[in-house]
Amino acid sequence: MEKEQEDQVRTAAKKWAKQRGSLVMALHEVQGALGFVPWDAARIIAEEMDVPLARIYEVVSFYSYFKLEKPGDVVISICDGTACHIKGSPGLIAAFEKDLSIACGTSTEDGMFHLQAVRCIGCCGLAPAVVVNGKTYGKVKPPECATIVKEWKAKMKDKMKDKVS
Amino acid sequence: MTMVTAKIDGVEVKVSEGTSILAACKSIQVNVPTLCWHPDLCATGACGICLVKVKGKAAMIRACCVPLEQGMEVTTRDPELVKARRTVVELILSKHPNECLTCSRNGSCELQSLAADFGIEHNPYPQVRFEYERDESTKAVVLDQAKCVMCGRCVDVCQNMQNVWALCFMKRSIHTQMSPPGGIKLEESPCIKCGQCSAHCPVGAIVEYDQTQEVLGQLVDPDLYCVVQIAPAVRVAIGEAFGNAPGNIDTGKLYAALRRLGFKGVFDTNFGADVTIMEEATEFVQRFRDGQGKLPLITSCCPAWVDFMEKYYPDMIGHFSTCKSPHAIVGTLAKTYWAQKNGIDPAKIRMVSIMPCTAKKYEIRRHEKDMYASGYQDVDISLTTRELARMIKQAGIAFNELPDETPDALLGEYTGAGTIFGRTGGVMEAALRTAHFMLTGENPGSADIKQTQGTKGIRSFELDVKGTKIRIGIAHGTGNVEALLKEVEQAAQKGEEPPYHFIEVMACMGGCAGGGGQPRGVTSSIRIDRGKGLNKDDKQSKTRFSHENEAVKKLYDEFLEHPCSQKAHELLHTSYSAKQTYKR
Repeated sequence: MEKEQEDQVRTAAKKWAKQRGSLVMALHEVQGALGFVPWDAARIIAEEMDVPLARIYEVVSFYSYFKLEKPGDVVISICDGTACHIKGSPGLIAAFEKDLSIACGTSTEDGMFHLQAVRCIGCCGLAPAVVVNGKTYGKVKPPECATIVKEWKAKMKDKMKDKVS
Repeated sequence: MTMVTAKIDGVEVKVSEGTSILAACKSIQVNVPTLCWHPDLCATGACGICLVKVKGKAAMIRACCVPLEQGMEVTTRDPELVKARRTVVELILSKHPNECLTCSRNGSCELQSLAADFGIEHNPYPQVRFEYERDESTKAVVLDQAKCVMCGRCVDVCQNMQNVWALCFMKRSIHTQMSPPGGIKLEESPCIKCGQCSAHCPVGAIVEYDQTQEVLGQLVDPDLYCVVQIAPAVRVAIGEAFGNAPGNIDTGKLYAALRRLGFKGVFDTNFGADVTIMEEATEFVQRFRDGQGKLPLITSCCPAWVDFMEKYYPDMIGHFSTCKSPHAIVGTLAKTYWAQKNGIDPAKIRMVSIMPCTAKKYEIRRHEKDMYASGYQDVDISLTTRELARMIKQAGIAFNELPDETPDALLGEYTGAGTIFGRTGGVMEAALRTAHFMLTGENPGSADIKQTQGTKGIRSFELDVKGTKIRIGIAHGTGNVEALLKEVEQAAQKGEEPPYHFIEVMACMGGCAGGGGQPRGVTSSIRIDRGKGLNKDDKQSKTRFSHENEAVKKLYDEFLEHPCSQKAHELLHTSYSAKQTYKR
């Protein structure tokens, strides 16, 4: 972990250290800053909050919201809530899995895409819905999945170009 | 005490308020089947087998964690209950590998017993399997997560009883895993190898690192000279594997069994314990009377405790006795003193120690120099009581029919002080007997120092040695250590007199009698019975003072000069260093 990130984690842990039952709050803050809760961050939280590391992992691995691995740059969240499920989200999951050649819940080797199924996102009128890095796609049909992937590949390419130049 | 009256299966019971339904049932000879429940631990109702019905309640309830209430009418047996309990067992079996015949718990598994009791001949549920890597990284305690039934005993033991926090439950639902945090190896975790998890596991998910075949191989190697030693607590527990009562003293049969297995030298760790006392009591007198070194002096015979202290209390290193543990001492002496006296090449000697302990497997390599003081690895292999019992059975030795034999000369003779090392408070009692002699020139009026005995997690008292007061603290179970050490730390911070002069710590409840390598099924009463066996062995000994051990006197006369001599320091002492709790 880089120094800047380490400081972020330490500040968050210190902030919640004195409040009983606030481990989840600290974890939220750390994931908010880093995008996931890496081993080194958990170690720092344990140290600063005087909570056994075993307890931290019990919590962080219990809630599927918390991520232990670095997620991809592009996070594809397929809503698998009741409405979306009935309207065909399993077909979308299968399509994305095929297009990206990865299993749902994992990331592509280059770390660009992360595929996940999530609970109801509150857009039942748009079912089946997909959210990619905050952008919502409604009434998605399986063949459109490939288009979404293409769109984001292009976006990421442009972003890289911007960075280089 | 408030009492509650209720009916169980129509029988009236009267128990004190707060008694669980399960315990109330036991009081009227009803053993409701259980799996996760253990008398040492807090009932959690994790497995859901101990179901009973209570009149007026719609759902079945778990008897282990619900207290009996006034006027309750409990039913413990009817076809519905049996069916529900059987379903729970079947569901557990559906996620458990069918490897009974190739599992070290075959024949001693609590799940296997339940399946047999419920007459389960086929499982209606599809088999679910998760692939987990077997974790042998500590070479002392082995985790086999695939066999875990999620009872939670090991996690409770590791976190609460031992305060080590090497194990936890990761993830949730069917994916729940008992493991060190973050998926690291046990060796990279704060694990102190005490093995209490393995002693409490109902199935084969946590077992000792088995080295019996390695030892068998050495025993038939014509180039090697195999010798062995047995720890104090082994003699009062190994009989359990052969149907004897806990606390039965089987020392003579053990010596005989070891000779039949092929060991050419049979020694007793109790001899080493007497040597430890000579060194440690001298160390105590040097610190207490002569002001050389820190007080309190803290005992260091327990390797799990040493590991715990190096990881969690490195600031206390200066308080630790530098004296090695008895088995390490016998190991060193076998390859130096004994080898020289018998004209045997120490390079050919293989020393095996039979210990009630899994941490001893770690201890024999814990220090790259001190554990090789003889010029060779002082103790080559350490086996647990459980492993030796298996070896004896494999060899077809009729243990209970063996004649009583005696150990081999030089490293076999022991006193009553040496044998009580195997119970909590025993090292302290033995050390105080000799310290009394060293301080006053005479033995205490009685060898018994009763205050050292007992089962309370922390015991403290003041001993009057001819007007000089020695303040003593005793703790067993690493979960009990913190309170004691905090007192010491706080007094030091305030610049006050230390609250204790001498502290004994044993990592396992009951001391080595309740060690992590002892026969399974341990309860408080079994630990007490084993301790009583050791006390009996003490009382029936020719002498009960380490400084009166003739073989020990001879050792100092012929080899070491005097306790804490330079040679004794080179061979029989060690050093400690701060260790990382996590290796990542």
